[in-house]
Amino acid sequence: MVEVEHVTKRYGSFTAVDDLSFEVEPGEILGFLGPNGAGKTTTMRILTGYLPATEGRARVAGFDVFDQPIEAKRRTGYLPETPPLYPEMTVGEYLQFVARINGIAAGDRASRVGAAMERTSIADVAGRFCGTLSKGYRQRVGLAQALLHEPDVLILDEPTAGLDPRQIIETRRLITELAGDHTVILSTHILPEVSQTCQRVVIINRGRVVAVDSPDNLTARLQGSQSLYLQVDGGGDDPAPALRDVAGVTGVSAADGRDGVSGFWIEVAPGRDVRREVSRTVVTNGWGLLELRAQQLSLEDIFLQLTTEEADGSEAGGPDGTETAGLDGTEAGGPDGTEAGGPDGTEAGGPDGAEAGGPDGTETGGAQDPGGDDGAEPSDAEERTHG
Amino acid sequence: MANILALAQKELRAYFVSPIAYVLLVFFALLFGWFYVASVNVMVQLSMGQFGMGPQVVNINEFMIRPLLGNTAVILLFLLPMLTMRSFAEEKRSGTMELLLTSPLTDLQIILGKFLGALALYCLMLALTLLHIGLLFWYGEPEWGPIASGYLGLLLMGGAFISVGLAISSMTKNQIVAGVSTFAVLLLFWIINWIGDASGTTSQAVLAYLSILEHFDDFSKGVIDTKHVAYYLSFIAVGLFLTAKSMDQERWNG
Repeated sequence: MVEVEHVTKRYGSFTAVDDLSFEVEPGEILGFLGPNGAGKTTTMRILTGYLPATEGRARVAGFDVFDQPIEAKRRTGYLPETPPLYPEMTVGEYLQFVARINGIAAGDRASRVGAAMERTSIADVAGRFCGTLSKGYRQRVGLAQALLHEPDVLILDEPTAGLDPRQIIETRRLITELAGDHTVILSTHILPEVSQTCQRVVIINRGRVVAVDSPDNLTARLQGSQSLYLQVDGGGDDPAPALRDVAGVTGVSAADGRDGVSGFWIEVAPGRDVRREVSRTVVTNGWGLLELRAQQLSLEDIFLQLTTEEADGSEAGGPDGTETAGLDGTEAGGPDGTEAGGPDGTEAGGPDGAEAGGPDGTETGGAQDPGGDDGAEPSDAEERTHG
Repeated sequence: MANILALAQKELRAYFVSPIAYVLLVFFALLFGWFYVASVNVMVQLSMGQFGMGPQVVNINEFMIRPLLGNTAVILLFLLPMLTMRSFAEEKRSGTMELLLTSPLTDLQIILGKFLGALALYCLMLALTLLHIGLLFWYGEPEWGPIASGYLGLLLMGGAFISVGLAISSMTKNQIVAGVSTFAVLLLFWIINWIGDASGTTSQAVLAYLSILEHFDDFSKGVIDTKHVAYYLSFIAVGLFLTAKSMDQERWNG
């Protein structure tokens, strides 16, 4: 449905997008992930015909965005980073105008506008001026604008930015519903969003594709070297040498430590489960085993790992690579990580919670359905790949 | 065509929702009215023979309407930059340009839509002045021919002003910059032949030809010369072409 072939975009000497290629199948939701300035918005602007590519071709629904822009644009709905609203128009008038410039016949306009407002639940603000709307409504009016003409391809630049948690859930549900009839490309910096809504992820950094895969496969692929977190009360001894002797352990490095209690990252050879041996070693040495858990790579870790590798190949390439990822992981988990660091220490729950579950919990009080949804799905996915 | 009309309507609406349309209409009517009263006074003095020639019949077209329309041209030079300054600049600043450029519209449709929207408001401004002219028919016997040609001249000249304004507005995100630059450029086109006198005859002829108000004179006399019509039409075409170039440039440079 969407084909991007070797697209490059240069601004003077600066290369924003560098030889980018990917494809999106009909009905698929593709997540576009990357740090700020990675070229996400530039790529989307090329796909929507807002910017021409310096090199390469892009096709939407079979139409080249450069050679047949009108045909391609007819089949594309686009929500830019800032919703393009006219402050002096009411929501209804605005959508009427959008319907008109998209060539929707006068007789169909009212019903199309009504349907789009229904879908994005903005019917209650139809008579208000766009300039007076809250960020959440603006975003949804922008979304209504994008899907008004029932395009084959929807391109959404950070569709959930600025929404409150309940609206985020609704928008994600809407996007998931839209897939099937429509092909969706969405960019985001919220990683759990990708694992929840997207079938495939394109991770880009500095204008280049770093990885293209399903969220599950990405996790599995990077699970190659697994690591354990061990917290032990050594009672004055240094447990590191003994741990290194355990069969299957490829490396031990200090993670944290205070008052005789020390934490370690233990690198494990692929495919080995050394938790029994490690715990036995600790116990036979007479140390206190305080915590032992498998450190799973969440999307955050994968993302950080991939993007740091790209940025600094030498450091991440060595055995350090996983270590940095691990450390970054705990950093990302920051506010939550310390709390969840208890005996249970739900691995994926930490960072996810911090991203989306956190605000949910405080907003919706019980947080039963939205919070639960948020936290559970990604960790589910990861357990599957792990098992 | 439907798209152009949709855009033109949107533009016109935007003028009336923001106070721009009202401000322009009110001040244009006020200024025109002022000049009108002044020229009526001159007419009255002339016909009463206060200049020592005794009472006489004065040609109302020659002595009142022609200078009045000439003054109107100068008022427009000051006001029209405010009509066009927001057209592209504001859309670029607020990001709505992204909507237009990713909708199935061609650049030409966008430009013509904006041009027609601005021209429609300008026509409304001119329509207000017809009230005053109508009064002259009530009390006097002006010839309608020179009036019609004068208004055609105003329309063409205003179109030229608007096309310059659009071109400049498409080059910046800042309305004020667009407005001031447009005014400066129009002013320059007005006074361009003032330095012609001292220089050689060829350059004087060229500069005189470029002067934007010079071409209006014949229209206000009642002469529709294709030379002048062609001048204004090509002026408009160049302005719109520059707008298109600037949009294209913007696209490539991001």
